Amino acid sequence: MVDRIKDYLSRFYIVFIFIFLYAPILVMIVLSFNASRSRVIWGGFTLDWYTQLFASNEVMEALTTTIILAVASATIATLIGTIGAIGINAMREKNYKLVLAFTNIPMLNADIVTGIALMLWFVRFMPLGFGSVLIAHITFNIPYVILSVMPKIRQMNLSVYEAARDLGANALYAFMKITLPQLMGGIMSGFFMAFTMSMDDFAITYFTKGAGVNTLSTMIYSQIRKGIKPEMYALSTLIFAFVFVILLLVNYVPKMKKRGGR
Amino acid sequence: MENKRKLNKRTWFSMPYILWIIGFTVIPLLVIFQDAFVTPEGGFTAQNVLAIFEPVHLKSMLLSLEIALACTLICMLLAYPLVLALRRLKLGRQGFLLFVLILPMWMNFILRLLAWQMILSKNGILNMLLGFIGISPLPIANTWISILIGVVYDYLPFMILPIYNAIAEIDEDIIEAAKDLGAGGFTIFKKIILPLSVPGLLSGIVMVFVPSMTSFVVSDVLGGGKIQLIGNVIEQEFTKNVDWNLGSGLSVSLMIFVLISMAFTMKNDPEGKESAIW
Repeated sequence: MVDRIKDYLSRFYIVFIFIFLYAPILVMIVLSFNASRSRVIWGGFTLDWYTQLFASNEVMEALTTTIILAVASATIATLIGTIGAIGINAMREKNYKLVLAFTNIPMLNADIVTGIALMLWFVRFMPLGFGSVLIAHITFNIPYVILSVMPKIRQMNLSVYEAARDLGANALYAFMKITLPQLMGGIMSGFFMAFTMSMDDFAITYFTKGAGVNTLSTMIYSQIRKGIKPEMYALSTLIFAFVFVILLLVNYVPKMKKRGGR
Repeated sequence: MENKRKLNKRTWFSMPYILWIIGFTVIPLLVIFQDAFVTPEGGFTAQNVLAIFEPVHLKSMLLSLEIALACTLICMLLAYPLVLALRRLKLGRQGFLLFVLILPMWMNFILRLLAWQMILSKNGILNMLLGFIGISPLPIANTWISILIGVVYDYLPFMILPIYNAIAEIDEDIIEAAKDLGAGGFTIFKKIILPLSVPGLLSGIVMVFVPSMTSFVVSDVLGGGKIQLIGNVIEQEFTKNVDWNLGSGLSVSLMIFVLISMAFTMKNDPEGKESAIW
């Protein structure tokens, strides 16, 4: 009896947190179909914002920049981070700890300070623009990659690699066939984290972007005072729906297949 | 011996990353320190760094600190029962938790804050709902309370995940053993779950405290531009007032404060391993 009450309370609490997390998202989705430009009055159902969205050069440009930035920075960060993590793992204890301490700096430091420090440095030798934002994003993305790849490297069984080498595989072949598959889970989650962080970043982009370049975040920020264009709600709803479907497929399709195959 | 030499050769793999750290983590920090300690004419001054003690700045700093502490505490109080509930119902495995927590992050965070603005505003959804059940409207729009709700909302996932990771690792056998030996629910919590979750709790604190203290967008959107947190002060030194040296000075003070308080928290992390959040 007590157990059932506890189960019931647990469920109730999970739903409560769920509502807290998703309430603003629901508001956003509803507004994307609101015919009234006002944010408080419901003016009927419309798809206008969705059609106008694709006609707006400004929005499409910011979207493209955001996606290219996320893909490029997450890819480069995953490369440098994964190879770096393999190297760091081979270090002596003292150096290992030192490098990981430095790895923590961009994560511990306030975004605003990281952004300003990078900006102050960039203005000394390069123009602010897409390049500077890309470097900044790679910088804050690498730690996420290292922190998700590192545990996998520590768990990795080195003897399998050694055995492959003894059996005549060259270093690259053994790496591709033995090491990489063992690290794949960590690399993928690192890449995914980096991609998400890049998409959602505002403060660091804001300080390093210079004039002319806009990501979705900085564009929305510049609209706050003037009033957000409803197209933005539509765009966010689309992105949200897209990611929702992707995550659903990634998470549940393999499991269903497994279950069906049994 | 042979093996060791191979390992040492492998340390070279870290070279690109080390160069990256030096180029884009270490040097920028040196640059911001340099800008903090010079006058526009190039002389040395400590004034910009000490400017944090001026009443205006100190007030913002203390308000930010209060909001960050309150946010961290509330996140802990919300996250802990959630993790226990998930463990109880054996949810959370199968990626369910990660899925639910990460998904909202894909809606742009400024838009999520604007949605909160609509929910919390004077004629907003919350007050409308309260009106239905006969409660008079809450005047929380553009106050520190709505800023607090905003930061709690934004950073709650960063508290839930590390605590969940720490608690999910606890072997069910240990708890069974404790039960067999006659421990009640509260004893199990106090003697097993709580101590084993400390590392996760600490990294959650680090992940929530820093951004909630230094954010400037949350206060911009939900404070109605009236409430100045330290992040807003610094941002305005760079954008509106164009006093980069003062801005750098305040940034350095903020950074020193944050790093010291975090070093203190991390020191209590006995193994240091839970700094990995995912």
